[in-house]
Amino acid sequence: MDLTHSPADEKFRGKARAWLDAHVPRTPLPSLETAEGFAAHRAWEAELAADHWSVVSWPERYGGRDAGLLGRLVFEEEYWAAGAPGRVGQNGISLLAPTLFEYGTREQRARVLPPMATGEVVWAQAWSEPEAGSDLAALSSRAVRTDGGWLLNGQKTWSSRAAFADRAFGLFRSEPGTARPHQGLTYLMFDLRAPGVTVRPIGRLDGKPAFAELFLDDVFVPDEDVIGEPGQGWRIAMSTAGEERGLTLRAPGRFLASAARLRDLWRDRGSPEHARAGVADALIGARAYQLFTYAAASRVLDGDRLGPETSMNKLFWSELDLALHETALDLLGPEGELADGTWAEGYVFSLAGPVYAGTNEIQRDIVAERLLGLPKGRR
Amino acid sequence: MRFLLDADQRAFAGSLHAMLTAADTPAVIRDWSRGDHASGRALWSRIAGAGVFALAVPEEYGGLGPRPVELAVACIELGRHAVPGPLAETVGAAVLLGGPPLAERFLPGLAAGTDLATVAAPGSHAVDGDAASVRLSPAPGGLYLSTQAPGPVRRSLDPARRLTPLAPGGELLTPAPPYDRALTWIRLATAAQALGVGLALLDRTVAYVRQRTQFGVPVGSFQAVKHRLADARTALEFARPLLFGAAVSLRPADVAAAKLTACEAAYRTARTALHLHGAIGYTAEYGLSLWLTRARALRSAWGTPEECRELVLAEGL
Repeated sequence: MDLTHSPADEKFRGKARAWLDAHVPRTPLPSLETAEGFAAHRAWEAELAADHWSVVSWPERYGGRDAGLLGRLVFEEEYWAAGAPGRVGQNGISLLAPTLFEYGTREQRARVLPPMATGEVVWAQAWSEPEAGSDLAALSSRAVRTDGGWLLNGQKTWSSRAAFADRAFGLFRSEPGTARPHQGLTYLMFDLRAPGVTVRPIGRLDGKPAFAELFLDDVFVPDEDVIGEPGQGWRIAMSTAGEERGLTLRAPGRFLASAARLRDLWRDRGSPEHARAGVADALIGARAYQLFTYAAASRVLDGDRLGPETSMNKLFWSELDLALHETALDLLGPEGELADGTWAEGYVFSLAGPVYAGTNEIQRDIVAERLLGLPKGRR
Repeated sequence: MRFLLDADQRAFAGSLHAMLTAADTPAVIRDWSRGDHASGRALWSRIAGAGVFALAVPEEYGGLGPRPVELAVACIELGRHAVPGPLAETVGAAVLLGGPPLAERFLPGLAAGTDLATVAAPGSHAVDGDAASVRLSPAPGGLYLSTQAPGPVRRSLDPARRLTPLAPGGELLTPAPPYDRALTWIRLATAAQALGVGLALLDRTVAYVRQRTQFGVPVGSFQAVKHRLADARTALEFARPLLFGAAVSLRPADVAAAKLTACEAAYRTARTALHLHGAIGYTAEYGLSLWLTRARALRSAWGTPEECRELVLAEGL
């Protein structure tokens, strides 16, 4: 049980802090869920990447620093503590890149990762469909073999960032009529500006186009943009889903920074009694999540793979984030209603947490069935 | 940075678990609750033989410590088996009495398990004063050793915790005991026990809902049942790293956060366990009650949720 970072990681922390001190914008960027804000956040990704700070755990040849898993966690602590902007490249970096590192070809990694690291290509995810949400394997968008590649047809929805992103990745049914629905799916990358793609932005709760519907009409995807073997998409995607819920989607540093801001807000407002428990619980929850993540990272470094326990992770951070923001709005009193207030954007975002990346009910089913060994039943 | 138990620590937990499983602790707990301490003392000396109490005692006084991580490991297992007796208090006594000349006098007996110790929280009862030979009262003037027989036992919601008022005064042992440090260790041991209690409640309830059928299927196949158990598991698993983080740092705020979180998780699990067992869980005869009542008692002992939050807010994490 050792919670001390290595001298190398502490030195790395110091370098990250110095760079962030010098570069983090003094005034917050506009919301990344708007055209203007998306462009500003993309420029910020380029600024990060120019000094190799956008993907610190990646190999240097793809734009990283080989900082390792612990280095990445250290960087994220510094990043969010510095009040740095949200990461518009998040979906690609946290979801697609780990899949490419595990299942992609060298050619795919060399082609896809560097422009992802610079923000030149921003990725959206294309999982859900109108009739395939929690039951993702019920998806019906099709990939049909054609000369040199595949033709995509169908509809995807709730595609985060797709209103302004460049490319997307997702699952498509390439073998209809398989015995089980999660067979015969293929994992593909495609261009959101390719002929046949129609992107219709959807306003989230506050009206900002944070996600979109995608209509696909004979969209050509070359073979080089298939990840892994055709037909094996479910297994590959589920490994991505594990990463998403597990270590990479929501860095502990993010909640540590939010909880510290909440504590400051509470003190600024005269430490009111009604919010005392909420503030303390946010500080404790963020610390618990940080330590849980360090334990998981230690296991990964020991050579273990993360399994269904990552579902607990998603349950925990999504509920922590929501409770933390609700406490903040309560502290703000009547100001808490203001849509342009400093906590409003985070609050609206936190409301989606229990739904995206696999609803919390799906996560509880996974915990109950795979960790506790309870029998499967009707959902 | 390697935030995991090592192989020796895991083996220590495993051997305690095996020993306590074989010891039929429910029968021991029932005896203890009636004031019959013989079987509990026998178990206590076996636990001491495994080195548990020595973990809070420095080597020069017959101990192996201080080893807070191993102590947390051990207390989880003791909580898992709802071992009766003043565990956290004996740990706290070892800290209160940890300097010369008191250490020579008291610590060897505590480490060996021949002496049980209890500590009365200021203004409160001592747990198991009728079983403890070392009864300590921290007071404004210093640390007193009670020289009178403890007052009559008052019943706790947990029958195995026999609450005894201590008469004021007695022998003044030291005018300036390390009370804050002792409290930190007591809270750490309490948090670890609570986590173990919660883990046991979860295991028992999972086993129950797998075999109990209604409407022709195991009730554990219903989402309303599954999801409560998933939440219990999640709450317990996020208390665990706080506990071990607190054992590593021994900062009072870290320990308070662990105490609050472990006790809340255990109590929430107790409520879930009670509900999912249906009426059988609500009976004194059924063994579940031994853990249910412990979870509630530990939540209030040595730092209420509000006191723990106060420390977290004052000192930060």
